[in-house]
Amino acid sequence: MIKLMIDGESVLAEEGTTILEAARKLNVSIPTLCHHEDQSIKAVCRICVVEVEGQTLLPTACNTPVADGMTVRTASPKVLKARKNIMELILARHPQNCLICSKNGSCELQKTAQDLNLNQDNRYQLQDRKVTADTSSPSLVRDMSKCILCGRCTEMCGQIQDIGVMAKENRGFHTVIVPPYGKKLTDTTCVNCGQCVQVCPVGALSIKDDTQKIYDSISAGKTMVIQMAPSVRITLAESLGAKPGSVTTGKIIHALKKIGFDKVFDSDFSADLTIMEEGSEFLKRLKEGGTLPLITSCCPAWVKYCETYAPDFTNHLSTAKSPQQMFGSVIKHIFAVNENVPKENLCSVSVMPCTAKKFECQRPEMKDDVDIVITVQELAKMIRTAGIDFDNLEDVPFDAPFGLGSGAAQIFGITGGVMEAALRTVYEVVTGENLELLDFHQVRGFEGLKEATVQVGDLEVKVAVVHGLSNAKQLLKRMRDGQADYHFIEVMSCPGGCIGGGGNAPTTKKKLQARRDAIYREDQNLPIRKSHENPYVMKLYKDYLGEPLSERSHKLLHTQYISRRDLLR
Amino acid sequence: MKETLLLLRNRGKIEPGNAADYIAEGGYEALKKALFINSKDIIQELKAAGLRGRGGAGFPTYRKLEFASDAPGHVKYIVCNADEGEPGTNKDRILLSSDPCSILEGMAIAGKAVNAHVGFIYLRAEYSYLLPILENAIKSSVKANCLGRDIMGSGFDFEIKLRSGAGAYVCGEETALFESIEGKRGEPRYRPPFPGIKGLFNKPTVLNNVETLANIPPIFLHGSEWYRSIGTENSPGTKLFTVCGNVNRRGVYEFPMGVNLKELIYEVCGGIEDGRELLAVQTGGASGAIINASQIDMTLDIDAVSASGGRLGCGTILVIDDRNCILDIVRNNLDFFRDESCGKCTPCREGGTRLYQLVGRIAEGRGSIRDLETIEDLAETIRLTSLCGLGHSTAVPVASSIRNFKSCFWEHIDKDYCPVCCEEGGYTE
Amino acid sequence: MRLENSYSYKTASSKLVQVAEIASRYMGRPEMLMKVIIQAQQVVPAFSEEVAAVIAREMEIPQTQVYSFITFYAMLSVKPRGKYIIRMCKSAPCHVKGARDIVRTLEKMLHIRMGETTEDNRFTLEYCPCLGICEISPAVMINNRTYGNLTTESVRTIIKQYIREDIEE
Repeated sequence: MIKLMIDGESVLAEEGTTILEAARKLNVSIPTLCHHEDQSIKAVCRICVVEVEGQTLLPTACNTPVADGMTVRTASPKVLKARKNIMELILARHPQNCLICSKNGSCELQKTAQDLNLNQDNRYQLQDRKVTADTSSPSLVRDMSKCILCGRCTEMCGQIQDIGVMAKENRGFHTVIVPPYGKKLTDTTCVNCGQCVQVCPVGALSIKDDTQKIYDSISAGKTMVIQMAPSVRITLAESLGAKPGSVTTGKIIHALKKIGFDKVFDSDFSADLTIMEEGSEFLKRLKEGGTLPLITSCCPAWVKYCETYAPDFTNHLSTAKSPQQMFGSVIKHIFAVNENVPKENLCSVSVMPCTAKKFECQRPEMKDDVDIVITVQELAKMIRTAGIDFDNLEDVPFDAPFGLGSGAAQIFGITGGVMEAALRTVYEVVTGENLELLDFHQVRGFEGLKEATVQVGDLEVKVAVVHGLSNAKQLLKRMRDGQADYHFIEVMSCPGGCIGGGGNAPTTKKKLQARRDAIYREDQNLPIRKSHENPYVMKLYKDYLGEPLSERSHKLLHTQYISRRDLLR
Repeated sequence: MKETLLLLRNRGKIEPGNAADYIAEGGYEALKKALFINSKDIIQELKAAGLRGRGGAGFPTYRKLEFASDAPGHVKYIVCNADEGEPGTNKDRILLSSDPCSILEGMAIAGKAVNAHVGFIYLRAEYSYLLPILENAIKSSVKANCLGRDIMGSGFDFEIKLRSGAGAYVCGEETALFESIEGKRGEPRYRPPFPGIKGLFNKPTVLNNVETLANIPPIFLHGSEWYRSIGTENSPGTKLFTVCGNVNRRGVYEFPMGVNLKELIYEVCGGIEDGRELLAVQTGGASGAIINASQIDMTLDIDAVSASGGRLGCGTILVIDDRNCILDIVRNNLDFFRDESCGKCTPCREGGTRLYQLVGRIAEGRGSIRDLETIEDLAETIRLTSLCGLGHSTAVPVASSIRNFKSCFWEHIDKDYCPVCCEEGGYTE
Repeated sequence: MRLENSYSYKTASSKLVQVAEIASRYMGRPEMLMKVIIQAQQVVPAFSEEVAAVIAREMEIPQTQVYSFITFYAMLSVKPRGKYIIRMCKSAPCHVKGARDIVRTLEKMLHIRMGETTEDNRFTLEYCPCLGICEISPAVMINNRTYGNLTTESVRTIIKQYIREDIEE
């Protein structure tokens, strides 16, 4: 153990600990900008410089390892002067329009400036990059005039997701992080996963704000119907300041009603529907020698990824739509008819933890079944704007008849959840037996690739679960090399699954753990835990669809895929 | 003053890419000695000789070899930094074009010292016309069994590969050079980890300047004691000085360390051209301190120049006469650093350009005292907080010129027109 | 028609095939990107979107990475440049020997400013940092050849040779 002094206090740390980490042990927080606890050390912003006795220059705390007998001062006047000068340099390139920026109030640059007590005019000429924001993508907005070149987005997109849509162009003062050759986001291989937005400390990358569309639809007097994804009830409160993993389903429904929604439905319902269709499809392919492995298709970023990088594998994808789109179909073709609401007076909305859902809803194949998608972050803003006292709201239930979902549907929000939900149903359908132990632990957890062999009657079903697109890429490679001997594969683009989706409050591995515990707890506590036992789902089949994979089901609940190979040119 | 031609001993005498010629002049004899002694002894000999890096930092060469030798791992690299980009410097080009085999020999000896079997020469793109000479030197040395497999029957393998730059001064920085060889943008890495343990391809690596490597064969040929007898106590050996600018006889000169700057300029290089007066001298290339005429009576060795607040660096001496203006020179200098900044860290990327803008304002007569204060404050922050040496270097020339030419800055703040700085045409922006 | 603002100029498909062949030798070896780029530079004048896509495909790296690499290095270009790239050194040793006069002469002779390309695409004027031939400053580099000790007269003579395509060996 190494003993060193930080700001006059002694601390013990293991070899290899950085000054930043050692300071945290003493609850001394050194300001950082480019640092991210789940990414590699960058040491580029230079904000975290500290004074180390005996060294003439100021080293950065984030990468300097502790040494025995080191004496560190984290906020001496010399250090503060350096930090202020560096901030001044950054701010001289930064637009001064905080008040209309989507990151106002949650911006790491704002916080650092505030903590440093910056209170003097900038000595340099303001020279922001003056580039127009790229609003071509339905999911996110790229405004490089606000970029501070921390490099978190390039690491996320290039290494963690292994796609590499944007990287540094030019060098020196003219460096900017952009897609190549002046491409707009829609012309790139961006799959809209929104993980870059998750890590951006400022407003350079932000979620496309569709809230105005909702206000406009309410003003136009439309019947407002909204579905809530499984993850949203887990993560929404966090965006309003609660601790991660706070489940507030009833409050969210109440808040949505206050905002102006007429019906609030549960996407868990359509997730059960998805299991019915996809489970049946799986069994059909097994029996009739169809294309295996079957790969899930509820993640639109994954679907776009497959269409771009492996269009020859789209025949492996389940033809079942995602829960969001199935619900949209049900709302526009069944609910609307039942309630006698003409299509033009109906506004079908969804609130999702996902930015790619904004892309999914406007795919031509989806025929506008979902008109507007808002993310958790946008809903949190709407709640704040409406002046709602969220913490003191009384719980309100979902609306019938689409307000009940099983525990299997609830775990759709986490990696391994779709697989587990499917297995619960497939097992009982195939064996006819009652499944006692519902928790398939082999497919739970945050390892990149999880494999399992599940005995279903006399079938040995081999499954694989991946999350994070770099793992999906490796799996595709193994499929090409003939080394993927599975029957069923679940792919989620976002690390951790939808609870780590781009539409949530910024995620960290620690927060994911809390969200994960919450989601499995919800599953445990729900009265129904298997999709095929959802009485409303059964009713829907009885009254309208017939049975899974029927012609009606196909028409409403299944889709097809295209090739996006040309994006690679 | 007569030159001491040690590193330049073969210049003009041999066909540069021809190993046989080199061998006829005693070439590869030092390697032969080194191959049959212990690696540790090679490092000890270099320690005894006191060889210090000739690329700019002046770091004791034996220490670099020690780090890599002690580091765990079977794959290690020797890298020759031939990215000579420091403005005013030609010495490495002269060495590579006149006696490339001496560099190869130096690399092989270093390889033996750390048990590395692969060496890279990273040659800047602006010297790509030297590639054929280097390729020939390598080929003919392999043919003469002085490189490649089982060199001279010693059982030691060492091959040398050529790599190219593409126009980036920052790639002369050790870790940026590694990044460039690894197929990436030449952006320096933070330290630790240090290159001796995690360098090129994350393996223990020794990076040396061309001139440093050229010193190694003579040390083994004639012994460390002999080497120590040349030069000064803190800087043994000779140094290649590139003298450029407004002198009568520009060129690369080899003298023992410790030669006097004034003598070098006036005796060896024939003084200032066109009968003009000396205004300023900058030692060490663009990253060196700018001193005025009263300060040139200085010993040119690593510690002496360092003590005076400057840097001997690569040994470039830029002589500036009085038809120039110091503000114009400093502006030109900062223009260079802002162009060459890699852009990774905030202080250098942003601060470099801001320094240029502020000095430009003062130069053009639009500056104020506040600008001068800002320049000093900013230069200090850049020096203290930058990620790599380029950032640190950006601050040195401007800070030293404010110290040594205060009146010139005051004049420009006072008046609004300087004929040199406000000259029409040429480069502003 | 000025080309210097266009990203999407056409590269002949025969050239693309050659570039593909060069890049394919180093598939799975992203560290050889510099070598691929330098060899490809012999074949194509600049790295257009198509060229970068071909290199990316053959080497199995994202096109973004190729683009980011090229735009970092001053001697590589994504936009087409002239047949003769005249690189004028503006570092201090050339500056104190009158480089500015040479710049003015070049700009006047070719009717373009530094950083631009002539309309007939034959000449590009670029600044470059120290070329390492300071004993003959002020100096320029035209493609791979260096010319030093320039005066306004001598540089006119040299450029005239290039204009006439009558370059001395």
